[in-house]
Amino acid sequence: MIELTINNKKVTASENEMLLSVIRREGFHVPTLCHVEGLTPTGACRLCVVEIEGIRGLVPSCAYPVRNGMVVQTHSNRLIEARKTIIELLLGTHPDDCLYCTRRDTCELLGLAEELGVRERRYKKQPQIPKIDVSSPALMRDPAKCILCGRCVRVCEEIQGVGAIDFIGRGSNCVVGTAFNEGLNISSCVNCGQCITACPTGALVEQKHIKRVLQALNDPSKTVTVQHAPAVSVTLGEMFNLPSGTDVQGIMISALREIGFDQVFDTSFSADLTIMEEASELVHRIQNSGKLPMMTSCSPAWVKFVETFYPQFLPNLSTCKSPMQMLGAVTKTWWAQKNNIPRENIYNVAVMPCTAKKFEATRPEMGDLTPDIDAVLTTRELYELIRMKGIRMTELVPQFNDNPFGQRSTAGKLFGATGGVMEAAVRTAYWLITGKNLETPVIPEVRDLAGVKEAHIEIDGLKIGVAVASGLANARKILDDIALGRSDIQFVEIMSCPGGCIGGGGQPYGTDLDAVRSRMQSLYKIDRDETVRFSHENESIKNLYTEFLGKPLGHESHRLLHTDYYKRTVMK
Amino acid sequence: MTSLFEKCCEKCWHSESKKCPDFISCLTSGPLCHTNDACKSHRDGKIASSMLKKTSVPVIYMGLGTCGLGAGAGKTLGALKEYLKENNIEAIIRNVGCIGLCTLEPLMDIKLPGKARISFGNVMPKDVGPIISGVMEGNVQLPGLVGQHISDSDEKWEGVSLFFDHPFFRKQKRWVLQNCGMNDPVNIEEYIIGGGFKALEKTLKSITRKDLCDSIEKSGLRGRGGGGFPTGTKWKFALNTPSDKKFMICNADEGDPGAFMDRALIEGDPYRLIEGLAIAAYGIGASTAYVYIRAEYPLAIERLKESIAKCEELGILGENVFDSGFSLKIKIKMGAGAFVCGEETALMHSIEGKRGMPRPRPPFPAQSGLFGKPSIVNNVETLANLPSIVLNGHDWFAATGTASSKGTKVFALSGNVNRTGLVEVEMGTKISEIINDIGGGIPDGKSFKAAQIGGPSGGCIPPQHMDIEVDYESLKTVGAMMGSGGLVIMDETACMVDVAKFFMDFIQRESCGKCIPCRQGTARMLEILELITSRPENTDSMRALERFQGIITMERLAAVIQDTSLCGLGQTAPNPVLSTLKYFRDEYEAHIYERRCPSGVCRDLLTFTIIEDKCTGCTLCARKCPTQAIKGAVKSPHYIITEKCIRCGACVESCRFNAIEVK
Repeated sequence: MIELTINNKKVTASENEMLLSVIRREGFHVPTLCHVEGLTPTGACRLCVVEIEGIRGLVPSCAYPVRNGMVVQTHSNRLIEARKTIIELLLGTHPDDCLYCTRRDTCELLGLAEELGVRERRYKKQPQIPKIDVSSPALMRDPAKCILCGRCVRVCEEIQGVGAIDFIGRGSNCVVGTAFNEGLNISSCVNCGQCITACPTGALVEQKHIKRVLQALNDPSKTVTVQHAPAVSVTLGEMFNLPSGTDVQGIMISALREIGFDQVFDTSFSADLTIMEEASELVHRIQNSGKLPMMTSCSPAWVKFVETFYPQFLPNLSTCKSPMQMLGAVTKTWWAQKNNIPRENIYNVAVMPCTAKKFEATRPEMGDLTPDIDAVLTTRELYELIRMKGIRMTELVPQFNDNPFGQRSTAGKLFGATGGVMEAAVRTAYWLITGKNLETPVIPEVRDLAGVKEAHIEIDGLKIGVAVASGLANARKILDDIALGRSDIQFVEIMSCPGGCIGGGGQPYGTDLDAVRSRMQSLYKIDRDETVRFSHENESIKNLYTEFLGKPLGHESHRLLHTDYYKRTVMK
Repeated sequence: MTSLFEKCCEKCWHSESKKCPDFISCLTSGPLCHTNDACKSHRDGKIASSMLKKTSVPVIYMGLGTCGLGAGAGKTLGALKEYLKENNIEAIIRNVGCIGLCTLEPLMDIKLPGKARISFGNVMPKDVGPIISGVMEGNVQLPGLVGQHISDSDEKWEGVSLFFDHPFFRKQKRWVLQNCGMNDPVNIEEYIIGGGFKALEKTLKSITRKDLCDSIEKSGLRGRGGGGFPTGTKWKFALNTPSDKKFMICNADEGDPGAFMDRALIEGDPYRLIEGLAIAAYGIGASTAYVYIRAEYPLAIERLKESIAKCEELGILGENVFDSGFSLKIKIKMGAGAFVCGEETALMHSIEGKRGMPRPRPPFPAQSGLFGKPSIVNNVETLANLPSIVLNGHDWFAATGTASSKGTKVFALSGNVNRTGLVEVEMGTKISEIINDIGGGIPDGKSFKAAQIGGPSGGCIPPQHMDIEVDYESLKTVGAMMGSGGLVIMDETACMVDVAKFFMDFIQRESCGKCIPCRQGTARMLEILELITSRPENTDSMRALERFQGIITMERLAAVIQDTSLCGLGQTAPNPVLSTLKYFRDEYEAHIYERRCPSGVCRDLLTFTIIEDKCTGCTLCARKCPTQAIKGAVKSPHYIITEKCIRCGACVESCRFNAIEVK
């Protein structure tokens, strides 16, 4: 136990704790720009500097371990002046377009300028000609707004194990960029969007699809459908100041109808469909000595990650398309025929907690001459759209999804959290093998926020080892183990983003782990409270197979619901 | 020539495959394992022949360091070889490193059999013939004569002063540079005969790690890279951190403008660095050492590689050195020339293959450094001091210097001084002594204005503080610092604002870009310096206000940059501005308020005017002016339109009547 004094208050801390965490725990507010909980402190922004008695210079509290007897000041004039000057220096090269910036309400730089009372532009530099990188189908980078805090670089490297971006150049010419400063589209970027949620300013944003959605809605010849991913309904409420994790599915559906969508479908329905196919595929691979371990394929950033970094594992990826793509494919074929609407008049929109879905929708395999999904909105964009349409979200009356793609089991809903696909697939695989349902459908070992989780399950004497990872750096650990010969794992679930889709790159800005945890609990509560907990018990799914698909892994399934993968060669 | 490393007789069991653990002492004062006068004289003969003491033909020494080569030593060497061939003269040519007297390069020494080695400076190809023939005829009073190196076994030249009595050397104390310019740098025999590797042998055989660290601490040796941290104390941190692996790193990433101490030292005496590095590695318990050296030093790298290979061949490096159980592998890592990589945490990132960016400390490298292991980074000169300290004892070292700064310091003396070069002085020597006695004062009768010491992190010493001593603490009191050893002398024609601008430009370009105060703050400071030294075409009132506020803004920025920057580069970045502001504030004010540069360096601020009385209206200047800024009728006085003038000076050059005034 360590004792120290902060602003004349005697406080205690544990060994090896960083000063910043003690300061914050004790209720003092020290600003930061480069700090992210859980990532290596880099001490780059210098805003968290404090004065420590006996030390001449100012000390960055984020990277300074506590010591016994330390006497710390956090808000002396010298410190306030230093912090203010740092913000002024950043503003000196920052574009003055806050009025038009997508982050004007959430910009941390703007917030700090306000907090520190910056009222004039003290340091000016010739404004740069913006060179916005729009090459990626999922993200946009505006280097002019980048303050080089390095959060994106560390998230990409440490959390995602991708390292698509790093610092380039020296001094005031230093920028964050890809290898050889080429476009993101030809880099090793997997489009996960974690950099966007990490970015304190508007330097990183998603490729906006709002405009094209509005155009489609205004086109009378189009039937515009929308599907919403499992994670969206437990997140959107936060943006309207409801407690984290509140499930707003009912009013969200009303809002989507108010916006003008003709049909509101649920991606959790097609998650059930994915489970039917994927669990069947798993059982098939196990029973026919197919390539094992089988790996999930519903996270598009993960798929690109394997294609880029681990092409030797491409045969291990399940051939199933993601739930979003499955629903898109079924809508533009079976549903279109059923309702007598020509394929080209259907416009499929998907609301996703994800930016990589924007990329996935553009993959040439994902459609039939025209894409199955025409636009992908992130959770953030849906929020923008609701505000734009003047909808008073919290005053709406809850409504239900449209059928036939509106019914789901809770297994499908669990897709939103890490371990959810695993749980859902095991439930159905058990049924496929034994003909019975699991007595306790919950597998506690694969729940919660741990980065890597493992369980060993016995189905009718058959032992199955399963591994679950979220965050691609964690995925690397499992893949490297397997590459080294580990063979007790038969099924692997990977979600690209920490915590799964509820922590996705299309979710609200900031990396708030408490919020992610609440969203997760909300999904678990739904699973606990509702009665249909198995994908194979979803009546709409059964109906779809009877009317159209026949059986899982059948001919139509293969044509519409399964896909191929390709090795990618990029600079990495 | 027979090798020093051959067996003297069958009793000697040292061989290439089986190394005798005592061979360093044995070779120089042996044989140790058996007594035999014949063997003893056999060895002495070999030593003499290795040292070229008894040759039947003349030996010619050419200074072929980078400075010598830059001065044309390569061509001189070519001319020498040709001359010897044409005249059928048999001679041995020896390649030596830089002796430090750069102004006299290329240096050529000649040693006739039995006569003292005699040295000539500024030897151009045309001078080779007359010098060789003159010396061989016994006439040495030739242009370029510098002095002679005497020894007991050789006959002196009459009427020739001693080389080291040259005023450049008289006040120097050459400890670290002892062999530079005297020995063939990569000839390991010469190094061993001169006492080389005895310190390493002594260390490995008779000194414990703890005692070594204690001894170095007691000697008072402090880091020569600039920081001045006590070397022994630093080692102890690493020694006392338990780890399966530790690293010793030599920082040879010399990046200060005007500094070339490390380069000359490695080029001139690579074995001394290797020996020091091995002692240090032993001291902290490392079995791998790195030399981080900039790739712009190809000759130093080449010599270092060759020297390391020779040491490995003889078992001085490698497994179980001298049968002591100590093993060492030295790896060379070339740096790509980023200044910030001289910062130890950035340097270690660079060795790890990452971008060279500093990281916050703690953890200190001694606890968690290269690849997360305890690591010590020492500068070249620090390491090169170690062999003498080990051999002569810490008290010997501590007896030299000032109360807090012991031993000697090497400086790269350059700028407006008569004799530039590599200088090693005792701590406590006055800066004025270095400039006036060693450097021979300011050329062309001009007066001394400032000495820039410590590179971009250092400061300028004005005339009133010229008598300050070379001492870590004293230098700080006048706003300068020891630094790694760059010492640039400036005379009255230097503009101190321009000097500050030069260093600020360097710093802001070399900032790694990581922390905001250094990345943005230095760029803004440079812009202010550019603003006050230039005359923008469209000056609006806002720009004028910015200029008037320039000093205040720079001082405010400087305080924040010093206070908040992450690494030493940033924390010291404002020093060139602050120290010039401290002593030469009037020059800044002249630039800002009077819009003139007192030294006439900042061209933009010069005003060209035609003195009416002197102008004859010859129109020559008007025709030469590239911007048609000069108007006037023939045979009547001309005038210059200041707004159009680009201050190129063509008019001044063309005017035959001195009618154009520049202010």
